[in-house]
Amino acid sequence: MAITIDAPATLEPASPRPARDPRAIRRINGNRARINWWATALIAVCAITVLVPLYFAVVTALKTPDQLGGTGFELPTSFHWQNFVDAWTLTRFPQALVNTALITVGAVVLTLLTNSLVAYAIARNLHKPFFKGVYFYLLSAIFIPFPIIMLPVVKETALFGLDNQVGLILLYAVFGLSLNVFIYVAFIKSIPIELEEAAYTDGATTWRVYWQIIFPLLTPMNATVGILTCVWAWNDFILPLVVLSDPAARTLQLSQFVFQGQFNTNYSAAFASYLMAMAPLLIVYIFAQRWVISGVMRGSIK
Amino acid sequence: MATPVLTRPRPERAPRTTGSSRVRRRVGATPRAFYWMVVPAVAVFALLHTVPVLIGIFFSFTNYAGFGSWDFVGFGNFIALFQDDRVLKAYGFTFGFAIVATILTNVISLAIAVGLNAKIAFQSTFRGVFFIPYVLAILVVGYVFQYFFANSLPRILSGIPVFRDNILTNPDWAWTAIVALAVWQACAFAIILYLAGLQTIPQELYEASAIDGATPRRQFRSITFPMISAFFTINMVLSLKGFLQTFDHIVALTAGGPGTSTESITLLIFRGGFQGGEFAYQSANAVLFVVVIMLVSFLQFRVLQRKEADF
Repeated sequence: MAITIDAPATLEPASPRPARDPRAIRRINGNRARINWWATALIAVCAITVLVPLYFAVVTALKTPDQLGGTGFELPTSFHWQNFVDAWTLTRFPQALVNTALITVGAVVLTLLTNSLVAYAIARNLHKPFFKGVYFYLLSAIFIPFPIIMLPVVKETALFGLDNQVGLILLYAVFGLSLNVFIYVAFIKSIPIELEEAAYTDGATTWRVYWQIIFPLLTPMNATVGILTCVWAWNDFILPLVVLSDPAARTLQLSQFVFQGQFNTNYSAAFASYLMAMAPLLIVYIFAQRWVISGVMRGSIK
Repeated sequence: MATPVLTRPRPERAPRTTGSSRVRRRVGATPRAFYWMVVPAVAVFALLHTVPVLIGIFFSFTNYAGFGSWDFVGFGNFIALFQDDRVLKAYGFTFGFAIVATILTNVISLAIAVGLNAKIAFQSTFRGVFFIPYVLAILVVGYVFQYFFANSLPRILSGIPVFRDNILTNPDWAWTAIVALAVWQACAFAIILYLAGLQTIPQELYEASAIDGATPRRQFRSITFPMISAFFTINMVLSLKGFLQTFDHIVALTAGGPGTSTESITLLIFRGGFQGGEFAYQSANAVLFVVVIMLVSFLQFRVLQRKEADF
């Protein structure tokens, strides 16, 4: 996700690279370049393999149990919306959705506010041993895989009363800190310090400089970190599985796991439930597609 | 009217603060606020990240079951790990799966990224489609795949015995189904990384080489690949590290079965540690696993970066 390369990194949020827009390419290369239909066909075939499981999920969710016999790819003869109603009540969908939404929003907000703050203090004081030490301490944690933390952290969250939604929010903000600080620091170093010096001269405090000058300038990186955190927190399964103790706190993904056994006889309702679990983020993605992709790309070039 | 309002506060407040902050900066002292920004966050980080790691290492030298009393057992757990067939099998499966999935993910996504970067129709639509799996939960997609492998594929490929009898219940081939799901999901992110890399290559290089008569294949070998080798390195390292820790895929598809033939290390640590009363033993397993992952990532970086330098 985070790469340091010597390539010229663009800072502006919407720096239009020529390659992004197909029309721009055509314009630049003029008459010489024509659309490569062979490549288009190959890419289209590959794209279908991405969409097939989604198609499969949609048609299965709309069938009655007795239509399930064939290969599974047949269109449903009649739409059986009752599946969604069954799944809604069986998996306690509203409760799970609220939990997941709360955890995701909380994790994103807390991550953006705290991680950028830490990164700012580190980036502006990297020449000092203390901050440099903290920086490398955090970076070294990137290489520590989750399984070693898994068993003890459950004991710890139970001990502190953090085996709930609040605990998860905190854990996402903490476990993301290493990588996010790395992304933010690289970006903050490229912000000219003169801006801050001017503000100090006008009597602003360090906090105010951060909040009114740095934080707004961080918008592109906030978008990147926000997207990464959002997708992670929404789709995560293992952390809610081990941390949450109260059934009422279950997230969407966790409730898919918990209720999986009860769908044994009714696959259609199970698929309706899967679709409902995937839908919110998928819908957001469809509308914010360009923005999401460029956000993730920006994070990778840093 | 506006001017006095704007300037009035300045002579009153500015000199004092300016003076002090300037003095502070001159002597090189750090404003205290910077410490307040870092110290509490790092303390929480240490408490929820570093302390668990240390606890895990500590208990790996004990016989703690997750409850009750415990004693130190020295390196007993680690010695037992190397004699435990279930653990060795989990390492064998996890590495085999991770290596195959890493190679497939990188080959496929590099090919798709190059294709997406070519002059094709509906470029941004396709790019949007390829990124969809990234926003979907592996567990839920895994359940869809699970139904597909268990109920649809046997009917579609009824002529091939492996698929006819539900590949997920086949101890020898169930891992291929897990690879399929893992690659399907992981390609999304890898494609975007490669695309980001491809867009850092100046177009002039291709134009110049085309004038010199380079074929597209030659262009890929001599320009494209060397120019994105840093992205190749990071993608290989990230994919392998991610696949080695695989958990969701397996829970959704096989739950480690049939038997323990697709039990990954993370799943083994989870099961043994939480359900099997092996807190200390699986902590030792986790410590070993961390060492292995860090070694592998380090070696990968060394090997791949040396290759980068060769170009």
